[in-house]
Amino acid sequence: MILQSIKMALKSIKTNKLRSFLTMLGIIIGVFALVVLVSLVSGATNTITESISDIGSDMISVTMLDWGANNRLSIKEVESLADKLPNVAATAPAAQGSIDAKTKLKTENVMVYGTTPAYAEIQGYKMKYGRFLMKPDCENHTNVVVLNHDAAITFFGRDNCIGETLKLNGRAYRVIGVVDSGNQQMSMMSMLLNGGGMYTVYIPYTSLIRLASGIKLSVDSFYASAVDGNTGAAKDEINDYMMDKYGDEDMFYIFSQSEISEAMDKVTGTLSLLLGGIAAISLLVGGIGIMNIMLVSVTERTREIGIRKAIGAQPGVIRLQFLIEAMTLSIVGCLLGIVLSWITLQIINILANVSFGLSIPVILLSVLFSSGVGILFGIYPAHKAAKMKPIDALRFS
Amino acid sequence: MIVFNNVSKIYHMGDEVVKALDHASIHIRQGEFVSIIGPSGSGKSTLMNIVGCLDTADEGEYFLDGMSIKRYSEKSLAMIRSRKIGFIFQNFNLISTMTAEENVELPLIYQGLSMNERKARVKEALEMVDLYPRRKHTPNQMSGGQQQRVAIARAMASKPSIFLADEPTGNLDQATGRQIMQIFHHLHEQGNTIVLITHDEHVAEQADRSIKIMDGKVYDETVGKEETDVPVSASAEETPSEETRQSRKEDPSA
Repeated sequence: MILQSIKMALKSIKTNKLRSFLTMLGIIIGVFALVVLVSLVSGATNTITESISDIGSDMISVTMLDWGANNRLSIKEVESLADKLPNVAATAPAAQGSIDAKTKLKTENVMVYGTTPAYAEIQGYKMKYGRFLMKPDCENHTNVVVLNHDAAITFFGRDNCIGETLKLNGRAYRVIGVVDSGNQQMSMMSMLLNGGGMYTVYIPYTSLIRLASGIKLSVDSFYASAVDGNTGAAKDEINDYMMDKYGDEDMFYIFSQSEISEAMDKVTGTLSLLLGGIAAISLLVGGIGIMNIMLVSVTERTREIGIRKAIGAQPGVIRLQFLIEAMTLSIVGCLLGIVLSWITLQIINILANVSFGLSIPVILLSVLFSSGVGILFGIYPAHKAAKMKPIDALRFS
Repeated sequence: MIVFNNVSKIYHMGDEVVKALDHASIHIRQGEFVSIIGPSGSGKSTLMNIVGCLDTADEGEYFLDGMSIKRYSEKSLAMIRSRKIGFIFQNFNLISTMTAEENVELPLIYQGLSMNERKARVKEALEMVDLYPRRKHTPNQMSGGQQQRVAIARAMASKPSIFLADEPTGNLDQATGRQIMQIFHHLHEQGNTIVLITHDEHVAEQADRSIKIMDGKVYDETVGKEETDVPVSASAEETPSEETRQSRKEDPSA
């Protein structure tokens, strides 16, 4: 009986093609909005989350706010924190300066980070060529430099430039390594997060002191990583240590990478909810369209309903038939909406060179929601058809 | 078998009370070909609606094959119509979006028959009215006579115990009307019970007997007589069920 009703419903949709399409349009647009928007948001969220975790989501950064304070942290003290605090895995002081870099190929302003070997581990850097800074480099304040990918390409025209010389403020630095930048988004992200430019180079902290006038032996900022991802605990320990040392929370600022992730999750979650909500409203409006057309259909087909009842259709059968018709409209609309969304996402992918996919949960959600809308707005017209009196219906012309 | 026992149907039109049926008593036996004749407004349609279980009586009792129809729900009435009544209407009442074969198949779907059984019955019924070759045509591709033959095939396919025809020739020319009447005679010869409602005396007199209806009052001369007066066709397929036999004993008019 259900199969017969589905056949009849499809037939009635086919006989009224334009009307059925216009009715379905509400659902099509609703599903399209829901699927595309949520897929875009979740795609973007995934990309950002990946970028953040590439950088190292357990990274903690500490910045001194009062530059004039006495009793400042020394490099040794910062490095000793990894031993003193149980949840802190590694620490690396970092200072930065914007310095002119020069090769035969190019002269360009670069962001120079003065730091220690632990920095690469904390940031989760992988080396593409050569090695990162090592302990002897810092102890002897040797003139060695590690480049990021963009800097290597810009200054040497290739990324394998180990042994070449880069001049920073006129001093010659030997290139010992190139950091693997991963994907484009990562360098975009590191630019955003670190405030640096596209060209980033790393030299021993001690070497930077000699190079840039503002940098001293005392540490203005350092990075730390946590043991086994216990970022919260590590952050608390550092906070306690700093409070013990300075007794004033305004003296320093502690910030962890996971906070960005959390904030980002919150933002994208809210965004998904908001967009999903808007799409759900348009689905509801589509449902009202279905109810409207089903009511028209029931009135138009009063005589048919009368005939069906006269030849033995029970009220339940008539109700089922119209309910299935409403659901067929909404589900076919939903499927068309999904197909349209898929095509749109493919076009976006080609045009923007990204890879947004249909999110399966969203598809399930939209099918579920559309069926729900079909039932919700199909029930009243179906009920109206079911409770018609056969003699009245037959007399209707 | 149809038994009406003092059946009344009353309509309220504003303040006016119209008695569409006034204590009507009828007795139609299995295998009979009966015409119900009366002018328009005489209560024919009301009678047909009640006989066809499309409507229920306000007063009195209606027994169809021994079952009292009064106490049934809309759902049960639909089930009774599905199994026992084969309607043939003046304006054919085919579903215009469906082909001849789909129209004939529809009541069988409601009876819950299997696909194979349905196919066989549709073929049999359409062949009987000589329309099997036109089974893929929709009603508007057919003449009135052909449409009425499809409607008869539809009634036939469900193997009802009563064929209930309401002015079946009313919308047809005389020649086509005669053709349709031939089919009814044929159905009757096969042992089917036929109730034909008409205002046309020429049509009415083709039946075994006529029941006259006037201003809601029914004149059925067989009521009160012995059942054996009317020969029951030997080829009647419907054998009285247990229920039917029991209620026959209770039936005061039998």
